[in-house]
Amino acid sequence: MTSFLEYAPAPESTAILNLKDSYGLFIDGEFVAGHGTPFATISPATEKHIATIANANAADVDTAVAAARRAYDKTWSKLSGADRGKYLFRIARLVQERARELAVAESLDNGKPIKESRDVDIPLVAAWFFYYAGWADKLDYAGLGAAPRALGVAAQVIPWNFPLLMLAWKIAPALAAGNTVVLKPAETTPLSALLFAEILQQAELPAGVVNILTGAGDTGQALVQHPDVNKVAFTGSTAVGRAIAKSVAGTGKKLTLELGGKAANIVFDDAPIDQAVEGIVNGIFFNQGHVCCAGSRLLVQENVHHEVVDRLKQRLSTLRMGDPLDKNTDIGAINSREQLDRIRELSDIGEAEGAERWTAECAIPENGFWFAPTIFDNVSTSSRIAREEIFGPVLSVLTFRTPAEAISKANNTPYGLSAGIWSDKGSKILAVADELKAGVIWANTFNRFDPASPFGGFKESGYGREGGRHGLAAYLTSTVLQGAAL
Amino acid sequence: MTHLAVPKTYKLYIGGKFPRSESGRTYEVVARDGSFLANAAKASRKDARDAVVAARAAQPGWAGATGYNRGQVLYRIAELLEGRRAQFVLEITSTEGVTAAAAGKQVDAAIDTWVWYAGWADKYVQVAGNANAVSGPYFNISVPEPTGIVAIVAPPDSLLGLVSVVAPAIVSGNTVVVIASETAPLSAISLAEVLATSDVPGGVINILTGSAAEIAPWLASHADVNALDLTGAESLEWVDLQIAAADTLKRVRTPGDFGASLDRIVGFTETKTVWHTKSLI
Amino acid sequence: MTIQTPVALAPAQRALSVLGGDLTERSLRLHLEGLSGVDAVGLEQRAADLGTRSIKTSSKAWALDRIIELIDLTTLEGADTPGKVRSLVAKALTPDASDVTTPRVAAVCVYGDMVPYAVAALGSAHANGGPNGINVAAVATAFPSGRASLRVKLADTADAVAAGADEIDMVIDRGAFLSGRYGQVFDDIVAVKDACRRDNGTHAHLKVILETGELNTYDNVRRASWLAILAGGDFIKTSTGKVAPAATLPVTLLMLEVVRDWHRLTGEHIGVKPAGGIRTSKDAIKYLVTVAETAGEQWLTPSLFRFGASSLLNDVLLQRQKIKTGHYSGPDYVTID
Repeated sequence: MTSFLEYAPAPESTAILNLKDSYGLFIDGEFVAGHGTPFATISPATEKHIATIANANAADVDTAVAAARRAYDKTWSKLSGADRGKYLFRIARLVQERARELAVAESLDNGKPIKESRDVDIPLVAAWFFYYAGWADKLDYAGLGAAPRALGVAAQVIPWNFPLLMLAWKIAPALAAGNTVVLKPAETTPLSALLFAEILQQAELPAGVVNILTGAGDTGQALVQHPDVNKVAFTGSTAVGRAIAKSVAGTGKKLTLELGGKAANIVFDDAPIDQAVEGIVNGIFFNQGHVCCAGSRLLVQENVHHEVVDRLKQRLSTLRMGDPLDKNTDIGAINSREQLDRIRELSDIGEAEGAERWTAECAIPENGFWFAPTIFDNVSTSSRIAREEIFGPVLSVLTFRTPAEAISKANNTPYGLSAGIWSDKGSKILAVADELKAGVIWANTFNRFDPASPFGGFKESGYGREGGRHGLAAYLTSTVLQGAAL
Repeated sequence: MTHLAVPKTYKLYIGGKFPRSESGRTYEVVARDGSFLANAAKASRKDARDAVVAARAAQPGWAGATGYNRGQVLYRIAELLEGRRAQFVLEITSTEGVTAAAAGKQVDAAIDTWVWYAGWADKYVQVAGNANAVSGPYFNISVPEPTGIVAIVAPPDSLLGLVSVVAPAIVSGNTVVVIASETAPLSAISLAEVLATSDVPGGVINILTGSAAEIAPWLASHADVNALDLTGAESLEWVDLQIAAADTLKRVRTPGDFGASLDRIVGFTETKTVWHTKSLI
Repeated sequence: MTIQTPVALAPAQRALSVLGGDLTERSLRLHLEGLSGVDAVGLEQRAADLGTRSIKTSSKAWALDRIIELIDLTTLEGADTPGKVRSLVAKALTPDASDVTTPRVAAVCVYGDMVPYAVAALGSAHANGGPNGINVAAVATAFPSGRASLRVKLADTADAVAAGADEIDMVIDRGAFLSGRYGQVFDDIVAVKDACRRDNGTHAHLKVILETGELNTYDNVRRASWLAILAGGDFIKTSTGKVAPAATLPVTLLMLEVVRDWHRLTGEHIGVKPAGGIRTSKDAIKYLVTVAETAGEQWLTPSLFRFGASSLLNDVLLQRQKIKTGHYSGPDYVTID
């Protein structure tokens, strides 16, 4: 053996998967053919075909929305909160029972390492359904007045970075609040949502309560613009979110948007240094950096700049890139060629703009889409890689001298989704947290998620919150007296 | 011997000062019976721009004040308003053509609105925020914070309408640029005089008079405005304003009533969730 | 506050080169208190993460053999007898009689009065501190509590060295450490290191037991690790095995971070020895992963990493037999010591 660190392959078996050759749309409790041109979903790690996926056209969207409306009127709105909750509990349990299968499917279709889909994504999916299951019969306590009302049919469009987790973030609160759903997973990652549809069948969820339409951007557009939906929830790019906000203006549809970010991860000189380095790594290299709240801007205090960057490089050299299904893989595949092109383009711009590029040495597999962990040091605040969301494993390093400078640099972005603070000094952490314009702030940790914890952004990172009590408000009409006479 | 009245010049209220419109324009404010009441300043887009600058400058300090302090500042407005009750009754009576009793009722309601919202300053955080029981060794708390700058199209109901949209927006620490009722702007400017002598820092409330249809689009599209309150915009092309606001993902409240509610406060706040590790060792 | 006369410390070479010539209790304290803090949650998460590595097939076979080579096979009981020690040595020499390819352990670890019996039992297999054969490690300095005068501790140490111990596992004075008397802890280690000197000028290797379970906090563990290295320890060791918790993966990770940092600073290699509580191959493999991914693979050698363990060896042997035969083995197929 040449090196212990070249751990022998430890692939998770795909034998647990029982995939069909092709998948239809899930409408009214059944898989049906779509009327658009079907498309293939591939593994981004190998570019191999996984399955053929139906493509929903406008007529399919009509059918699905009508099914959701019928289910809302005839079934779901008539059910007690307790019974809605029981369905959600059933779903949570089924997700747990089929957790490994779902994790394998997710890693296969998305390219993320199995250790993440297995230890983060899928456990959180189950947790999300458990959490909101318990809310279904307790809506009176959500702070929205007595017996807050469901909105009706929710149109939900989700991204490819956490396919099943984003589905859970959308569907669990919607159903708990009493809405029915038409959801469109991302074009490149439909697989786990379709397995989830099978779980809904196993749970015997009433037909039409959840409908899943696969397709591309036009399907999503037809869905959010459909006149018979009452609620639109979107997670994705700020550009698309902006377009959706315009398209629903004046319609009375309630809208929540969870969009892009360019989070600052602020490391002070009194930080717990080894944990900060781990937090930086987790902040930007978790899920190949395909994370809207990724800590893509490292703001490090000047007097520890070189120390931190040195340690970071040393740590990155131990990251293992490769087969997403290998249990020892830390960095998986980039989700699509299109995304890879964008990461490459922005990285080239970063280099052209004069930042110092450093890339961890790792072997790049021949097929599939890969991008080695990359750091840009001495990035200026005006550089495009410090401004634009790269959505890949690329970290921009900037420095600051005082807490006030750190705060002003951190806030100097149209985004406001998340931020990190590393320091051993509690009073400084709390004061900095107060000043940061971001919806989620991690102090001495990063990229933690929990169904009880509200998530969402300030400014152009969107509006509304997902998770926690606040996440329910997005799917309910408050019955608190509006216009109380004084 | 009779006293010859000294009429008031009604100007804008920006950054704690009373400038004329930079455009030099005014428009006639008339009584219900059509008789001339005053020349009010007709604000331009540049006045709106200046108001946003003033609001931005004032925002961190106002948001940084304690809730207790902001509550007292709002309560102080009620006190001053009460002291000038007669003046407001007279103004409302002449502008809106209502009886003195009806005008008095409106002024009282406006005073009570300040008092009601004043009390929320140090409480809305408790009601709208909470600790989160996450499954891990973390302290985790969600608290609402002011959104930033709120641009407001005030309802036509002169004083009460104005107070009902301004008070909830500022109580959390936002600063506002408000377009007063076009037809009944006088009590808005008189309120500004109250504000100028109150403890409200300059720039926290900026009041523009003139054409909402002309100014509102500039505020709706202004990148440094964080939220848009269209409560009084029913008669405008408000969907266009909402579309313009979407360019920077502003929080938008669509036209509707203006009754007092916590929702008006929380609607212009952002929930911030902070995680921190916990360990004994 | 009064300015006290600086208390000079014993002139240990490493401390002199890192802290400078005016080596005092105060300069030592400033250095230790200036070390970066440890966030416990993050440290434990990183350790847990390292624990999820999946070591299979050829990597696992290599790991199992390497674990054996890194073991200090230990008996530290009041009831120890020459017979028990001879039995332990026999097990160390021939861990698995059914498979002659089984490697030998690094050392046997015994109380000081048992050293002569261990040396005798090893005979020509005694490594005498060299790379071939098995070393004899002795716990000393009033192990496990360390509650004795320095004179007694030094005598304890010198005794064991004179009896042929190749390695001395000393305990630090945790009471002194916790009350902030870093200078005393430092001077003790320097003195014990001196007592490890043999007549021919060579030293018995000194392992400094921090007893992390009593130091309690990770910040203390980091400071104590630095202190022990500065004072001349060749190894830093987690625990006596007599206090719970003994070795844990997060504590070991933290100590590995310190030796990694020391190496970055000076180029010098310091060893790490987790001891107590590591009973299964699965756990031991997590430690190997943690060593390799923190300090580096070059640390996976007996001169830089040891397991203080007794029951671990047999679990590793069962795993080896499983790999060799293809079926699961049982406790009756490995020998007890």
